[in-house]
Parts: sequence; C-alpha cells; structure tokens
Amino acid sequence: MSEVAMSDTVVSLRDLDALPKARASAKPRRRSRSTVAYGLVAPAFTLMLLMLLGPLAGVIALSFTDYQLGAPSFAWIGLANYQQLFADRVFWISLTNTLTYAVIVVPGSVALGLGVAMLIESGTHLRAFYRTIYFLPVMATLIAMAIVWEFMLHPQFGLVNGLIKMVGLAPHPWLQDRGTALYALCVIGIWQAVGFNMVLFLAGLMSIPKHLYDAAEIDGAASAWSRFRLVTWPMLGPVTLFVVVITGIRSFQVFDTVHVLTKGGPSKSTEVLIHTMYMEGFEFFRSGYAAAVTVVFLGLVLLLTLVKSRLAAKQVHYA
Amino acid sequence: MSAARRSLIRSSLRHAALMCGAVLMLAPFVWMLSTASKPPDEIYSSDLHLIPHHFALWDNLRIAFGKADLGRFLLNGVIVTVAIFTCQVLVALPAAYALAKLRFLGRKALFALVLFGILIPPQATAIPVFLLLYQLGALDSYAALVLPFTISVFGIFLMRQFFMTVPDDLLDAARMDGMSEFAIVWRVMLPTAIPAVTAFGIFSVVAHWNDYFWPLIVLNSQQYYTPPLAVAHFRNAEAGTSYGPLMAAAIVIITPLVVAFLLAQRRFIEGITLTGLK
Amino acid sequence: MAKIELSAIRKSFGDTEVLKGVDLSIHDGEFVSLVGPSGCGKSTLLRVIAGLEPQSSGEVKIGGVAVDHVRPSARNLAMVFQSYALYPHLSVFDNIAVPLRMKRLSALERAPLLGRLLPNRYRVERGIRADVERVASQLEISPLLTRKPGQLSGGQRQRVAVGRALVREPVGFLFDEPLSNLDAKLRVHMRAEIAQLHRRLKATFVYVTHDQAEAMTMSGRIAVMIGGELVQVGTPSDVYDNPRDIRVAEFIGSPKINVLPGAVQADGRIVMLDRVLAARAAASTGPCRVAIRPERLSLGGGDLSGVVVHVENMGAEAFVHLGCDGLTDPVVIRLDDPLRLPAIGSTQRFGFAPEAIRLFDAAGKRIAIRTEASVEMIREVAHV
Repeated sequence: MSEVAMSDTVVSLRDLDALPKARASAKPRRRSRSTVAYGLVAPAFTLMLLMLLGPLAGVIALSFTDYQLGAPSFAWIGLANYQQLFADRVFWISLTNTLTYAVIVVPGSVALGLGVAMLIESGTHLRAFYRTIYFLPVMATLIAMAIVWEFMLHPQFGLVNGLIKMVGLAPHPWLQDRGTALYALCVIGIWQAVGFNMVLFLAGLMSIPKHLYDAAEIDGAASAWSRFRLVTWPMLGPVTLFVVVITGIRSFQVFDTVHVLTKGGPSKSTEVLIHTMYMEGFEFFRSGYAAAVTVVFLGLVLLLTLVKSRLAAKQVHYA
Repeated sequence: MSAARRSLIRSSLRHAALMCGAVLMLAPFVWMLSTASKPPDEIYSSDLHLIPHHFALWDNLRIAFGKADLGRFLLNGVIVTVAIFTCQVLVALPAAYALAKLRFLGRKALFALVLFGILIPPQATAIPVFLLLYQLGALDSYAALVLPFTISVFGIFLMRQFFMTVPDDLLDAARMDGMSEFAIVWRVMLPTAIPAVTAFGIFSVVAHWNDYFWPLIVLNSQQYYTPPLAVAHFRNAEAGTSYGPLMAAAIVIITPLVVAFLLAQRRFIEGITLTGLK
Repeated sequence: MAKIELSAIRKSFGDTEVLKGVDLSIHDGEFVSLVGPSGCGKSTLLRVIAGLEPQSSGEVKIGGVAVDHVRPSARNLAMVFQSYALYPHLSVFDNIAVPLRMKRLSALERAPLLGRLLPNRYRVERGIRADVERVASQLEISPLLTRKPGQLSGGQRQRVAVGRALVREPVGFLFDEPLSNLDAKLRVHMRAEIAQLHRRLKATFVYVTHDQAEAMTMSGRIAVMIGGELVQVGTPSDVYDNPRDIRVAEFIGSPKINVLPGAVQADGRIVMLDRVLAARAAASTGPCRVAIRPERLSLGGGDLSGVVVHVENMGAEAFVHLGCDGLTDPVVIRLDDPLRLPAIGSTQRFGFAPEAIRLFDAAGKRIAIRTEASVEMIREVAHV
C-alpha cells in the first residue's frame, strides 16, 4: 500500500513539473479540434467533389455541348442534343425497351422473391439450404452466367431448346429473334434478382412479431390467405416499397447481359438506355450526345427515388 | 383429416415448390459444370445428357488456361478489388468518424452531400470521369480501375451510422489515455467497427469483382483485364467453336466468390444486402 | 497529488448555459462528490476538469498551474466512466496497459508490426507488464487479465475501469457516475471499495453522482449542484443537517424531508397549520416553508395529528405516511421500532422539537431561527 502511495507522489511531482511545459507547447485547443475534423473529412470530400459531384455537374453541362472525345474544342449548343435525341427513333426504342424490361423484371422478381421467402419462412426444414441456393445467382459474376445462359439458349445445342424438342415442339432461336430477345434477357434478369429480393423479404418477415399472427388467429383470420392480407402484407409494406424501387433502379441500369449477348440487337430490339449511352459515348465518342442520354437515365432513377420517398412518408410504420 | 396429416401435406408441398424453384435457379450452374466436363463431340450433339460419357473437365480447363492467361486475370481481380477496398476504408473511416462524433461547422451540409451522393448511380458519372482520366493520361491502367471508386459515399454513410452507436465515453476514455483524434479512428473506432467493416468489405469486393461496365470503358490492354472482361473477351474470340473451355473459364471466374460465399454465407448475405440500407 | 481549483467556470452549448460560474477548490487528497439532479451540469463540470470539454470562460488550475490549453491526457488525471468505456476489442490486460503504452512508447514503437522489432519496446513492455500485474493484483482481477470486456460481469468491468485509471498513477481521479450501471447490492459493495481505495491512495478524488446516498457515504465534502450552480459545499453532515437552500434540503436525505407551508409574522413568530411554533425567525416576514426530517418527528405525542395512509416497513426501521388536513403531500415519520406499527386508517398524533425546524423563505433561502428555549436562555443571561 505505502509503496503505491510513494510511487504516486514521485510520479505526481515529476508530472507537475511537466505541466507548464506541456502548456507552452500546446496549441490553442478549441481551434485544433475542428481543424482535426476538417483534416479527417478533407480526403473524402476532395475525392467526392472530384469523382462524384463534379462529374455529375459535368455530365449535365456536357449535355449542352457538342463535345466529341479528342476534339480540340467544343461549342455550347443549348438543347440541340436533346432535340436530336427526341427526334431519334433509336432513342425511343431504347427508352421503351428499358421500361419494358423494368415492367417485366420488377414484378416478376419481386413476386417470386416474396413467394420464395414466404415458403422458406413457413417451415423449419432446410431453410439455410434453400436460402443458399436461391442466393447463389446474386453472387455469381453476371457476365460469366450470361454466357452460360447464352449457351443454354443456343438454338441447336442448348438445354432449353433440347427440352422443348423432347416435348415435341419446335426449337426457337430465343436471343436471335427480335420478337423474343428482350424477353430472354428479362428471364435472366429475374433469375438473377430473385435471390436478392428474397433475402430482403426474409429479413422483413423475421421482423414481424409472431404474436400478431396469434392475434389474427384469435380475431378470426382462419385461413393462411386472410392472415397474409391482415398481417404479412401490411407489415411488409415498407420492405416491399424498398425492394420495388431498388429492383427498378437496377433494371434501368441493365447493361452487362445486353452488351455481351445481343449488343442491342437484333435490329435494336434489345437496345436499352445505358447501352445507347455506352455506344454513343465510348464507341462513337459523341460525348455531348451520350451525356444527354445519361441525363434522361438519371431523371428516371431520381424520379423513382422521389416516388419512393413520397410513398415512404405516407406509409404507416408499426415497428 | 388429422392435424398431423395436414401438416405433413403442407410441408411436402412446401418442399416440392421450393425444390422446383431450386432446380431452375441451379440449372445454369449445373449446365455450366456439365458442359465444361464434356468433350466437344458430346457438346455439339442434339442428344441431351447431364453426365458426360467422357469426363473432360481437366482437358477443357487446360485449354482454357492455355488460350487465356486466366491466372493473370484472377490476380488482376484480386489486385483491383483489394486496392479499391483499402482506399475506401482509408478515405471513408476518418470522414465517417468526424461526421458521427466531432462537432464542426458544416457537418450537416457535408452529411447531406453524402446522402445525395448515394442516390447517384455510377453510370451517370461515367463520361466525365472517363474524360478526367483521359486528361490525366491515366486510362488503361490499374489506376483507371481503382481511382474512381476510392471514394464510397455509401461506405461513409454506413460507417457513420455504425459509429453513432459507439458510446462517447469510450472516445473520452481514449482521449484521457492520450490518443489523438487520428489515433482514435484507427485504434478505437476501426477495431470496434470490424463487423461493419467486414460487411462493407464483402459488399465492395463482390461489387467490383463482378463489375463489367467500368473496366470495359477504360481498358484496352489485356494485361489489366479483370475477370468479367476476360471471360467476355474469351467468349467473343471463341464463340461457337469451343463451349467446353468457355464454360471451364466461366467456372474459374465465378469460383472464388462462390466458394467464399458458401464458406461464410451469413456474412455474405449480410454484406450484399447492405444495399438494403440505401 | 494536486489541488484542483475552479474559478468562475462557465459553459454554454449554443444558447443554453449549462454552467453558470462555478467556483470550487478541491484540496490535495480530498474526496469531493458533485451531486445534483440529472441535467444540473455536474457531468459537464467534470468533463471541463478533465479537459474533454473546453469551458466558455473561467479557469481550471491543477496543482496551482492553469491547464486551460493542456490536452486531457497531459493533465495527468484519470477518469472512470459510467459505461466503463473499456475498449471492447482489447483484453483486460491491454485495456489497462493503454494509458501506459500511450505515455511510454513512441508512435513508431506502437506501430502494429514494425514496433515489435524495436529493442526499446521490449524493455518498456516489461515495465508495463509489471505495473499492470501489480494493479490487477491490488484489485483482485489477475485471473481476468486475458479476457475480453464482453466476458466480464458488471462489477468486474468496473474494477478493470478503475484499474485503467489506477495504473497511470495520476494526480487526481475523476469518477462519472461509476456505479449507476450496477445492481443495488454490488453498488453498496463498490461504494466501500472506492472509499477504501481513496484512503489507501490519498489522492484527490472528484466523484459525480446523482445518488445522494453515494455522496453521503463516501466523500469528505459534498458539492450540491442545481441548475448549473453550486448551491452548497460542505461535509456530508453539514449539508444534511444545515442545508442553506430548500432544494438542497429536498435533494439530500431519503425519504425526502417534510416541507410544510407556513408564514412568518411581523414579530418573528412562525405559524404553521394554524399553530404558533416555539421558535422565531430572525428575519423576513411573509410566507415561508418549514422543513423537518422524518427522523426528527415523533409519533404518538405532540399537538399535530393525521391519518395513517401508508406504512413502509424496512425491517430495521419503518416509515409512516400521515395525511393531514390542509396538506397535499403526506407527512413522513420514521419509526425506530417497526414492531409497533400504527394501523392504516387510524388517527395518530405527532410532534417535533423546535430545534428540528429548518426554515426557508419563499425563494427557498434558509432563514435562521431562534427556538423559544434559546430565547429563554438569552433572557436568563441578561438577568444575571
């Protein structure tokens, strides 16, 4: 005990000596703390301006110019890019295809994701096993799997046409026919998105308190369907809204499968916005025109986000 | 009908439905494995069979590795994803700490910018960023693959939300123990945030390992090809002629992530669905 | 060890002033408790002393030296936090070693891998190990050194937090409600342990708590803070027996002091519940409040009466709640012998000695009184 006390005195004497020196060397602290804060955020916000906010402003500005990559100069041409865009048949095809793709993939993958999640959640056996299998396509590199799908849809040697032939129907060149190519891409899109949506719905289902189902049962909701209508669906409202929006945004971004499987063909039947932007900007180097396409794409994405926050504000939250 | 029988029927219906779906989900993977294991004469026949008569997976893999430098592409994938993730953590963590725990003028405005940044899809900024790299002469390099992603506003947001839950007492204790604010970020915040950083790491690595759009835009030289670009390139060069090696190459490209996923499913699902916070 | 002096400390967050000019001098080796209801600014004051929060104005001196621009760690004070604030990723040993490593190792030597290669680090680490183990054995946590904080009970975490403070051998210890996360039994135990620690170390202790029992039982002096001001500073018995403000009287003591409305007449007589008390106020006429501790009231005699509405039997003692005409709150009386409890609903008489009265004016300030007995005495002295 006394040893502690003794060393205590020694230390304190030494440290009291050190105090005035520490004071002399210390900078004014109030200033230094916020200086430190600015130092900590500086790299992030410099990069953010350089790589995100600057380019965002840049793409809007660029859409009002006739800039072409490598050109020595450019001119401000106002809305000319947009006029050209709206007069272009390909742009309208591209926009229609993008929206068609979204209108098919969003309900398809959301409904299937919800269905699978509820089936998994309704029993106790093999939950992890099913979850893993349905999630696998989310993990696998889409480009590699797109190539596998291409071979599966191969007119002659593919699995799909092989099975069709076994049933006695005529095989079909799914990706080469302008009537079916976009729908084939939709199938791949749904296949890839179901697992992701399923996991989000599973999380949503887990968070529904079990006693609500007990209450529904006591209140007379005898059938599974009436319990779904009374409890599950309303409680999943916020999750569903979120899943719909995020799947929608991802559908607007569809590019990988298009670029590697169809290149927008045959005869523009699978041309989508990002692919148009890519071709104009990075194949034909018409940067200004591609920027205008990007702005349209950006508008679609922000519109969806806006709708979401509007709806989310209206939603009643129980939890 | 007894309750036990009814529940048995229900459970078998559940399994039947889920199994059908599972077969559809797995079909591409199974077909990929099957094709990669077949010699050419079995692939190009209209006779459908799953199990190859001659097991040719090793031959197809050897051909694939011979035609394309798959090892190199995998290494590129590792280099790029690790570099991106490291930079993201180095940049985002200090900023997230300052936004969560320090009081300074303009903090709210900066956080609003972060929230706004999350809404911007990466394709939207592609053209100006490309032009910037073009001006810098940085196209067609590792830098071109990494630089645009060193800033992750989503990472800042995520870490900031996590840091908000760290008690202020802990930071005060660290200050009393003599740590600077900078030391607090790396010695206190980073270790306590390991679960969140891991989840974000998985999210980031998966996203950039699988990314096709950006490498396609900025790369010319094969030596920098990332796995998705490599397999697409392989397909363009060999399409219609050698599906066996092509499927084998696809297997090689997806294996690292799929194996990692199977080993740590919970963490992966957590990490990927982080976008759920967006 | 060091004296801690605070002069005219003010602190505002935005428009709200949390500290309104606090003066306090804490002597070498003294145990001072800062008590007050939550939100009174006591924790902020502690953080100002620690240097974690810069004061808006005023001066903090430690050992006679102004430390206003000295970093928290350089003030050589240790702090124990309410949530213990242990680093969750470090073992108990490493938690306790952190302040020593920050002090004794250079930044280079602390570097994760590189640091291990430097010869000096090995030597310093040996010293650190010895110090940590010495503190651990003092606190009887040696078997826990390899565990992580998540594997410890509340009391064990508390000890580790104290160990981390102890190991740096500071000139003063700051405690920020360190026992409030413990269960009642452990709290009483740790109370004794901290008091013993203080006696052993003879260091300056500043202890913040909202629990007046903790302050009463442990400290040499109590500083009662209310609304950002120090209302009274004194020994526990002084603060308890001689409160200078009605808020102090009401905050200290459990159950709460009885406060009865009264009035001071022009001649100094005190009227309460239509009775004239055997005491006179020295000053100030008008409405006043008469405060009497429960243990100073006696049941079964006296000229007041009330109906028993509730009885709390604590085993060793009991508290009887009496509802009286003209009062909204019941009067609480302590009964030393719980074996003879009055029946609920029965009417009981009660009374008090004039010395038991503490009188406060309408603003809550203490008014001095003279009891009739002392008035008599003065008269006798005058006669002689």
